[in-house]
Amino acid sequence: MKFPVHTSPYGGLPNNVTRVMGEVLLALVPGIIALVYYFGWGVLINIVIAVITALAAEAGILRLRKRPVKPSLTDLSATVTAVLLAIALPPLLPWWMTILGVLFAIVMVKHLYGGLGYNPFNPAMAAYVLLLVSFPVAMTQWLPPQMLNEHPLTFTQTLAAIFGGGLPHDLTWDAITSATPLDAMREQLKMNKTISEIAQNPMWGDFGARGWEWVGNWFLLGGLFLLWRRIITWHIPFAMIAGLLLSSGLFWLFDAESMPFPGFHLFSGGMILGAFFIATDPVTASTTPKGRLIYGFLIGVTVFIIRSWGGYPDAVAFAVLLMNMAAPTIDYYTQPRVFGFRGKDNA
Amino acid sequence: MITHKPGSWDFHGGIHRPDKKSVSAGKFLGKVPLPEILVLPLQQHIGAMAEAIVEVGERVLKGQTIARVSEYIGAPIHAPTSGTVVCIEERPVPHPSGLSAPCIVLQTDGKDEWGELPEPLPYFDDMDPSLLRERIRWAGIVGLGGAAFPTSVKVNHGPDRPIQTLVINGAECEPYITCDDLLMREQADRVVEGIKVLLYVVDADECLIGIEDNKPEAIAAMREAVAESGLKDVQVVQVPTRYPMGGEKQLIKVLTGKEVPSHGIPSEIGVICVNVATAAAVTDAVMAGRPLLSRLVTVTGEGVNNPGNLEVPFGVFMSDVIAQAGGYSERAYKLILGGPMMGFSLGDDELPVTKGSNCLLVASRAEAPDPDKAMPCIRCGKCMDACPAQLLPQQLYWYAKARDFDKTQEYNLFDCIECGCCSWVCPSHIPLVQYYRFAKTETWAMEKEKRQAEDARRRHEARVERLERLERERKARLRQKKEALEKKTAAGGANPRKAAVEAAMKRVAEKKARQAQAEKNTEESS
Ligand code: SF4
Ligand code: SF4
Repeated sequence: MKFPVHTSPYGGLPNNVTRVMGEVLLALVPGIIALVYYFGWGVLINIVIAVITALAAEAGILRLRKRPVKPSLTDLSATVTAVLLAIALPPLLPWWMTILGVLFAIVMVKHLYGGLGYNPFNPAMAAYVLLLVSFPVAMTQWLPPQMLNEHPLTFTQTLAAIFGGGLPHDLTWDAITSATPLDAMREQLKMNKTISEIAQNPMWGDFGARGWEWVGNWFLLGGLFLLWRRIITWHIPFAMIAGLLLSSGLFWLFDAESMPFPGFHLFSGGMILGAFFIATDPVTASTTPKGRLIYGFLIGVTVFIIRSWGGYPDAVAFAVLLMNMAAPTIDYYTQPRVFGFRGKDNA
Repeated sequence: MITHKPGSWDFHGGIHRPDKKSVSAGKFLGKVPLPEILVLPLQQHIGAMAEAIVEVGERVLKGQTIARVSEYIGAPIHAPTSGTVVCIEERPVPHPSGLSAPCIVLQTDGKDEWGELPEPLPYFDDMDPSLLRERIRWAGIVGLGGAAFPTSVKVNHGPDRPIQTLVINGAECEPYITCDDLLMREQADRVVEGIKVLLYVVDADECLIGIEDNKPEAIAAMREAVAESGLKDVQVVQVPTRYPMGGEKQLIKVLTGKEVPSHGIPSEIGVICVNVATAAAVTDAVMAGRPLLSRLVTVTGEGVNNPGNLEVPFGVFMSDVIAQAGGYSERAYKLILGGPMMGFSLGDDELPVTKGSNCLLVASRAEAPDPDKAMPCIRCGKCMDACPAQLLPQQLYWYAKARDFDKTQEYNLFDCIECGCCSWVCPSHIPLVQYYRFAKTETWAMEKEKRQAEDARRRHEARVERLERLERERKARLRQKKEALEKKTAAGGANPRKAAVEAAMKRVAEKKARQAQAEKNTEESS
């Protein structure tokens, strides 16, 4: 009898890229629901715009590069990029900015470097930074969380706002938007207010900014799910949070009146999302165990530095991109000890 | 020195996958009847190929040596039964590349008549270990766990490497395979006898028998046999079920806490590791004077009707073995020699069972689907987390693909044990091990070429130098002669003979010059 041959191992392989990306998307769901709850329909509309754009761009590029389209679309990697970017955007960002960002992420950052697996920079974060630098005003106009929002928009009103239909008659942009908590903290510190004065503002909650802290918690839940499913390892999130807490804690101990409490850093802005979903992007992160610790830690410290003294209120995107550049070098110098080699530690 | 808390260490990585042992575990289907023709490849082991020492047409008896080796690393081959040598020629052999190789083809005569055997050595512990090593070598014993490395070489560790621990490998970590399990369950005494001999031969302080905890019957049987034997410092250690626990380096690490050095062998750290079936074969050779003629083979998978284990004489075609296990079911899709992690698929079943054939896995399409198209590496690091050699498979893959074989060496390609864990976990379904095998082969080829080029260069340089030296010597001789001559001339004043010759030459030259002048003059005047 004759048989077909191929090389070992034999058997249905347990992992595949679609499953990995699919579980990442699943893990994002609780956080997204929280975002929609606190900040309205805009979040969801942004996601839809971004995903459609990403899939179209991916298909177009693959056709141009004469690569098979179907396997790459179904691997869900473009979808993950789109969703990650979309949830980092202000809920009422004009539709074309979202599209521009996604196109930049997929076409320039991902495919011009060779496509999935070859891009040195995290596409979602690169696109976020591009938008932030190009449209600083639009990119920092957030909505206040639902409990502080006096003029919540309905679904159709949100749709109209995003697609250029303007706002309902009685409202102005200034009336409905507010700065992000990180921005607010920054501005007020600049005005030489002390932390205890700033903390009087109703925007602050139990351990971070109201609304934001709960979004953070739900993303944390998703992150733990990824850990449990072994999609990510503990190294990067742990080290990144440790880096942020250590550096911010150190300064807070010395000067609690002009340096915010470390918990504020953790639960305001994109820290949790960044630690579990963005910095862990395998393609652009460090891959060795020790390297992951260093990589994560440095991101955490960089976030703190940029937030405290840099030109932008939130810093996760910048910090991640910076460390993306360092990842190959970190990997090179942190190769694990190979079995049977003595003299080095047993990591 | 005795290992404290053997089995309390761990190795990095590895994988869990359904072990599928129950398909064939504990089932013995008997001995495969002798077919009319046996095909015995001359290379059934690692090392030098054996040379046939029988002639075509010669009658041979069971147990007779029909091929021997002169090199140190190698193993002889014996006739599994009596019969006639019909030819010695290239036949297809079980090899990943589907190669043909020299084989002795034996027509069996059905008499199964034994030839003369060496005497049993029940009092082996009065003998010189080197004689026992000789016996093991004569018996053609090789590692029966699949690697087929000559056992006589393994147990010859040399006086400068004292052995502390004899590790007996009963882990059998590959899914599906149960032949070692069966052997331990049913013939634990035979294994323990072999351990006794081996302990004496390598002069080890202790023996640790590692068995995965998915084989409780085997563990119990072995414990009982050890207890009955009265052997001290022999311990059955239950180890966790995790692939590749049965890898030599991994099992040694888990049992003793010691790591075999990179590029090294276990005896360097005072350990020798032998498979359970190999130990049983040693018993036969020493206690009964019988060479290795057959082995237990697991026949399993959804593609056979009656999976189980069979005693198979070497040289029997796999098709016959599978027929004995109830034949193919309609789900048979692939034939894999060895386990699903490290085995290789065969295109054909008309191939002989050899010393290294531990398992015939007839897989259904569900058990061994065709490989998917590989996606790009997403650098997720899952391969690294699974690699028991603690390598960076993603980097190795990257450089192997780019054919940068210096870099693959830098990333310790040759510490890769080809266990397949990385390929198994890779979400992009990249056939990583295939790339490493390719890179290894290429590196060997390149090194061979380099060596040859180096040899050629050296030969060339040597030749040039020899010629130059000869030339120098010739010149030196000439100079000496000349100097001697000059000295003589100087010493004896004018040499009369030389002077005469010179005078004559001068006269001739003058004459020629005059003639030329005369001719010139005539020409000018005319
Ligand atoms: S498991 Fe596969 S995709 Fe992941 S890093 Fe290794 S080779 Fe790349
Ligand atoms: S095949 Fe080699 S590289 Fe892959 S896991 Fe096994 S030892 Fe590591």
